[in-house]
Amino acid sequence: MILALVEHDKGTPEELSLEALAMARELATAEGDSLEAVAFGDEADALGDELGEYGVEAVHCVAHHHLERYAPDAWAESVVQLASEREAKTITAPGTDRGREVLARVGTSLDAPMATNCLAVDIADDGAYELRRNRWGGSLIEHARLDGEHKLLTAAEHEFPIEPAASPTEPSVSTFEPDVDDDLFAVQVDRVETGDEEGIPLGEARVVVGGGRGVGSAEDYDQLEELAELLGGTVGASRAAVNEGWRPHDDQVGQTGAKISPDIYIACGISGAVQHMVGCKGADTLLAINTDSEAAIVQKADWAVIGDLHEVVPELNEVLRDAA
Amino acid sequence: MKVLACIKRVPDTGAKIVLTEDEQRIDTSGLGFTMSPHEECAIEEAVAQVETHGGSAHVLTLGPPEADEQLRTGLAMQADEATLLETDEEEWSPRATADALADGIDRLDDEGFDLLLFGNESADAANYQVAVRVASELGYPCVTGIKDLEVEDGTAIAKREISGGEEVYEVDLPAVVTVKEGLNEPRYASMRAKMQARRQEIESVEPRAETRAGGLEKVRLEAPETDDSPAEILGEGSEAVPEIVEILAEEVEVV
Repeated sequence: MILALVEHDKGTPEELSLEALAMARELATAEGDSLEAVAFGDEADALGDELGEYGVEAVHCVAHHHLERYAPDAWAESVVQLASEREAKTITAPGTDRGREVLARVGTSLDAPMATNCLAVDIADDGAYELRRNRWGGSLIEHARLDGEHKLLTAAEHEFPIEPAASPTEPSVSTFEPDVDDDLFAVQVDRVETGDEEGIPLGEARVVVGGGRGVGSAEDYDQLEELAELLGGTVGASRAAVNEGWRPHDDQVGQTGAKISPDIYIACGISGAVQHMVGCKGADTLLAINTDSEAAIVQKADWAVIGDLHEVVPELNEVLRDAA
Repeated sequence: MKVLACIKRVPDTGAKIVLTEDEQRIDTSGLGFTMSPHEECAIEEAVAQVETHGGSAHVLTLGPPEADEQLRTGLAMQADEATLLETDEEEWSPRATADALADGIDRLDDEGFDLLLFGNESADAANYQVAVRVASELGYPCVTGIKDLEVEDGTAIAKREISGGEEVYEVDLPAVVTVKEGLNEPRYASMRAKMQARRQEIESVEPRAETRAGGLEKVRLEAPETDDSPAEILGEGSEAVPEIVEILAEEVEVV
């Protein structure tokens, strides 16, 4: 049996969990095995209908009086106990903070290897998994073998399509009560602080106007801000610009910052280092504005304007303003 | 307070990653080396916590002899001591790495560290698990993906970004914390500090790791195909503005 950890918001599965479930289903189909899901939190029992569309045969809702707040060690121990009871040898999780840290803890309990950022998984003749996984934020691919009594995998972001199963199921929904010691609650969310977020989050914006070293100063981002506003988007920055102190780190697009997936990314004065490009490869289209026609970003863009952003952007803003 | 920052030497890749002919590694001829930005923040945090609370900051890596370059970066950032768990060039699996680090940490210090900082994931392999495994072997609590950290009276108050805010953890020290870039602004080492770091002694220790059957094994690397079709050049300077507007209106439909 293949067991998939599913994160959800009051019974609605999260997108990255459905992607990981797609990976798990491929494995279940290839192995001729069944697919079951484990979920925590309020209204997990409402997951049955939707997960049935994705071929899940059973949904296990973990119930414990101390689990009203997230606790990674207790989650992991619950998954380990459930996997033992249901004889699951492969366990998958979404490529999220929680998915990865819970599965890594499952790995320590079961003394099992874990492959993260998986793109595709095949089964070798000897039962080992032959997989491809992202390295360097996806600018390199590793071909690897995952072998052991238990195998743990997380899915790379936005690589597995979310498609309903050819034959939907009507999953059984049951409650699983783990036996979890108090010391497994040493790490637990104490409280949640809501942010005073203004504007559109980078990860959700349809238009992102990015500025790099070529912008030249914090003040010069005003032009990019105006362009973003005219297009109903938001401003991003390269690591170089953040290091200069022109923008806060929250605006950073790249391997160690935000991963964006807008309809268009307008990259202004950005050279296009690998670490930046892995943050914006989810963009449908890319327009580069750069003085250097040889810049890497120009090679990777759909469209490019060779010129100074300090000339092009104000002019563009004026035209857009007049048209509005 | 004794604080440890664990780091990893990785190639400083430029605009294009080239592989060696055997597809086992990145062709590093002509490339410099660095560490992940997350780990620069781990070192900064270690040094800053010691500046606030007193104690000492220690930098540790598992890597080839050349990784002393990254340890010296840590020393130049005012870490007090540095230790190299010296390997050959070969890459170690996440489990073997965690085994060797946990064992090395045990041997480094009898009193033990109060706070052990790691990058959330390494820049190259991104296995997202070494710190969790080390914490488990040492029996310490572990929080990951942290972008805000305070230490008060033997407790680490650590915050992680979630949609619409932050979730807050409070864990007793000693603890393992994995951090993300944005936690702090790593200091620039002065030329004088770099010169001093060059003369400082780095302890080199032979790592011990249990080798286990089965696991995660790299077979080869592949540079994914990229779309190298050149961009359509819309024009030079502001003469291209009408073309940009057309694209925004017709192709992307955002105006």
